Amino acid sequence: MQKSLHIDPNKCTACLQCEMACAWENHRSFTIAKSRIKVFTFHKEGRFVPYTCTQCDEAWCMTACPVDAIRLDPVTGAKIVLEPTCVGCKVCTIACPFGTINYVASTGKVQKCDLCDGEPACAKACPTGAITYVDADWTGLGKMRQWAGKTDTNPATV
Amino acid sequence: MKHLIIGSGPAGVVAAETLRKADPAAEITLLCGEGEPPYARMAIPYLLKGEIEEAGTRIRKDADHYDRLRIQLVQARAKGIDTARRTVDLGGGRQLPFDRLLIATGSHPSLEKIPGMDLPGVHSCWTLEDARTILAEARPGTRIVQMGAGFVGCIIMEGLLSRGVDLTILVRSGYMVRRMMNPTASGLIRKWCEAKGVKVLTHTQPQGLSIKEGVLQVALGEGRTLPADLYLSVVGVDPTLGFLEGSGIEVGHGILVDAAMQTSAPGIYAAGDVAEATDCLTGQRRINAIQPNAVEQGRIAALNMAGKPAQFRGSFVFNVLTTLGLVSSSFGEWQGVPGGESTEVLDEVHYRYLNLQFDGDRLVGANCVGFADHVGAFRGLIEGRVRLGIWKQRLLEDPTRIMQAYLAAAHRVA
Repeated sequence: MQKSLHIDPNKCTACLQCEMACAWENHRSFTIAKSRIKVFTFHKEGRFVPYTCTQCDEAWCMTACPVDAIRLDPVTGAKIVLEPTCVGCKVCTIACPFGTINYVASTGKVQKCDLCDGEPACAKACPTGAITYVDADWTGLGKMRQWAGKTDTNPATV
Repeated sequence: MKHLIIGSGPAGVVAAETLRKADPAAEITLLCGEGEPPYARMAIPYLLKGEIEEAGTRIRKDADHYDRLRIQLVQARAKGIDTARRTVDLGGGRQLPFDRLLIATGSHPSLEKIPGMDLPGVHSCWTLEDARTILAEARPGTRIVQMGAGFVGCIIMEGLLSRGVDLTILVRSGYMVRRMMNPTASGLIRKWCEAKGVKVLTHTQPQGLSIKEGVLQVALGEGRTLPADLYLSVVGVDPTLGFLEGSGIEVGHGILVDAAMQTSAPGIYAAGDVAEATDCLTGQRRINAIQPNAVEQGRIAALNMAGKPAQFRGSFVFNVLTTLGLVSSSFGEWQGVPGGESTEVLDEVHYRYLNLQFDGDRLVGANCVGFADHVGAFRGLIEGRVRLGIWKQRLLEDPTRIMQAYLAAAHRVA
């Protein structure tokens, strides 16, 4: 069964280990601005929400790419940016309605979560279990909805 | 079933691929009008910058991609359509029959109506062939006068400057990219260009081109002229539909299509920059000449051609532009709507600007300069007609919290 990243914001403490692990994995740098997973802060609610690509079935980024630089990894189900092919036109960054594919000025290419070939560094680094890599029995938008639904019914939610 | 597709841009290619999946036994023919394999115009700026080779502009990279999918590529231009006899005229007595036809001819550069447009050294920048010409002629010190500072005019500047040219941009109105950006955003882009050494002349429209002592002269009126080694005319594009004359297919600005992407002629479809389909924000029909829209329309048209009913949900305009490295983007009703509210934040020194437009508690438009992260969420918020609730007030106070608003309102995670 394919696995997917499962995110439980209730367990996130905003330690940013995930962002550091991602930046290190992909850029050999701890510059968290380059991380493909981002923890968003809600000060008023005292909540932290890790956020990255859900590898949605629609694959808006992949279909919008004019030069075939985004491919499906048949093993992990991840949509992967082929860096040498990407020209940096950024069409995918506006096509993805989740905002989870981004342009990196220093490389001139876009980047997104590629599930680290099936061993996501963010999940490994997360000390609280807020990010886990689990069997996926839901996909794409359904996955997003399930995630939203889970947190929606939580009493901690405002 | 014989499927014929006119035009090998993104809409045509995706339609052909979708047809193959949906109709494994069909005959699929893709007409390529430029004597090139299917390529992406979006890649041309990067070809000009020398970052990619021509092969890098190809829409599909595997040499046998079309053969493998049994998509026949034919190099020819459509000259006319006979809707009754179900044939497309290729000129020279050649005709291609079809059962289902897709028109995905895209657009072509608008021609300035001034004398001298046929002189040597006058070019557009739209096709691969245009790019080859510019690459051959633009050298260090080459004086380029470029008329037009729209999307294409802006996105090619980096490639031009990377060749060491002397670049002057003429802008008819007071503003660069005025169809995408509000005056503040446009002003920032202009300032950025000027800081990079580009001369920008607004409220300037050439009166004519001539050659004096072997050098192209651009007449600006009131006796002013600019000498130029190259004159680039990039004043916008028009949908390519001249060949439809006499076909009876209904056209407005583009080819009018219904939600199935079908034209007024049964069995004949249109998709991409040539099609005038429904805008999901305004409900009006319009041409929405952006890549994501082209491929989605190509896919919907192909499904219907294959007998699998599919409806186009409508689209809205959004685009992303890089001008000499400065990233800007534009979404939906960025000019605002009657009775709507707006908010903005400007950091002129760092070329950062964000403007949000609301209708009630929904985001309906945005302009961004220098903010490039997570911009896709603007599409999600606008297209999803997401009610922002309390987050609208928070955004009015601080528009940079757009991702928090998106996560809270669209995904209800906070």
